[in-house]
Amino acid sequence: MREVTAMQHLDVLDRPRPDVFQEVQVFDGIGAVERPIPAWERLWNRGWLRKLVIIAALAGVWQLYGVISDNSLLFPSFTDTMQAFIENVMNGKLPARAWTSLQVLLIGYICGVALATLLSVLAITTRIGNDLLETLTSMFNPLPAIALLPLALLWFGLGMGSLVFVLIHSVLWVVALNMHAGFMGVSPTLRMVGRNYGLSGVGYVVRILVPAAFPSILTGLKVGWAFAWRTLIAAELVFGVSSGKGGLGWFIFENKNQLEIPAVFAGLLCVILIGLAMENVVFRWIERRTVRRWGMQN
Amino acid sequence: MIEPLLDVRQVTLQYKTTERVVTATHRVSFSVLKSDRFVLLGPSGCGKSSLLKAVGGYLDPIEGEIRLGGRPIHGPGPDRMMVFQEFDQLLPWKTVSDNVAFALQASGKLRGKAAAERARHYIDKVGLSRFADSYPHTLSGGMKQRVAIARGMAMEPEILLMDEPFAALDALTRRTMQDELLRLWDDTKFTVLFVTHSINEAIRIGTRILLLSPHPGQVRAEMNSTTEPVEQTGLETRIHDLLFA
Repeated sequence: MREVTAMQHLDVLDRPRPDVFQEVQVFDGIGAVERPIPAWERLWNRGWLRKLVIIAALAGVWQLYGVISDNSLLFPSFTDTMQAFIENVMNGKLPARAWTSLQVLLIGYICGVALATLLSVLAITTRIGNDLLETLTSMFNPLPAIALLPLALLWFGLGMGSLVFVLIHSVLWVVALNMHAGFMGVSPTLRMVGRNYGLSGVGYVVRILVPAAFPSILTGLKVGWAFAWRTLIAAELVFGVSSGKGGLGWFIFENKNQLEIPAVFAGLLCVILIGLAMENVVFRWIERRTVRRWGMQN
Repeated sequence: MIEPLLDVRQVTLQYKTTERVVTATHRVSFSVLKSDRFVLLGPSGCGKSSLLKAVGGYLDPIEGEIRLGGRPIHGPGPDRMMVFQEFDQLLPWKTVSDNVAFALQASGKLRGKAAAERARHYIDKVGLSRFADSYPHTLSGGMKQRVAIARGMAMEPEILLMDEPFAALDALTRRTMQDELLRLWDDTKFTVLFVTHSINEAIRIGTRILLLSPHPGQVRAEMNSTTEPVEQTGLETRIHDLLFA
């Protein structure tokens, strides 16, 4: 065994290799090192364009199926729906209904998020607050907001109060859970840095914990927004007409009763469009200015 | 007798896990004078990082006392700035200059323009002026540690606490950073308490070295360092023997 290694060693010595030195080539300008990406590839790198293509394809399939089935009562085609949509936008009905819904939605959403912030800050600062949040979320998070509607009607009557109540319920727990998870995930080093600056209490939460936990908080806000939308439309379908002004859910319900099925689809389309706009404009904008710029998300 | 800046007297530190209590250090005493580059050196498990955390105010001694400028230490504070080993010690939502300025603002040392100016001055010192408006995630590990050092120095604390700040760097960068730290010290002669497990680094960085033995951490020796290359080799061997004999 020993002899073998010795022989191998000799072998290496028998084949001496010279040292090599080279002059490196000097590149002038970026031409040789960097190369521009072709225009179509750059275009295809745009997320919105790719999504637009997907939406267009979906609309195409819809139209195709609509035309083939030829039953505008059960399944109106894309063009029929667009026609109803434009009509209802022009006569001001749809925007008014959407605005009514959005107003209620925003009130419920903001209240829910505020409460969630309060709960999760309490949970991160005290042990009993942590127990409270964990107990409450495990109790109420699985409870569908619509299941509370009968109670809400009893307590707050037919109107805004009930809607805001169920909205808060649908937003609060999921946002609180995400916020809390985010706070818990803040690295010990960052916490120590914050305390090193002499920060404590509200200053510590607002200036260290919230930005450090922002990716989770943002996810919570997004999910909360989607939950709120669903709950609102569902609740409005059950009792949309409050003080003579109904929201989008009521618009859908009303038109179904009148067998204006393209208008029902237009109502649904409106819900979808608002959702798309919120996700791709508002939340995207927040994301670009925060977590992406900070390198917390790629 | 010169009054020590930092006085650690008979300090015993313990950690509580769910199952047991671990003694990190046992009755450790040492004094740091102004403008010292005091190094805590020892193998892992000797409680050197715990000692630094205790000086930082994150850990209360169960026995003994730590005094800074004659006053006992209560909790973390901006008079003892920490430089951590981890690269995530910069706030990712602030640019390089804002990271430095924010420390000054949050601690109430300086505000507005004055904070920004001091921040720029120290970022210049660590040679990162070009990256003042970059976010931390775009920097390399060495650059992040430079920012953390700039932040610590900008606060002009009574003592700078460094917890193996170069341990996660590659060997080449590490060497550069050590030289840079010494150059910065030449400028302002700040007091620094430096934790490392590298004998070589301790000798290069320190003016005085505290040698700790492990499990639990106890003082093995306290000695002066040297800048003479020949003596450095001798010292290295001596420390090695003390630690592993």
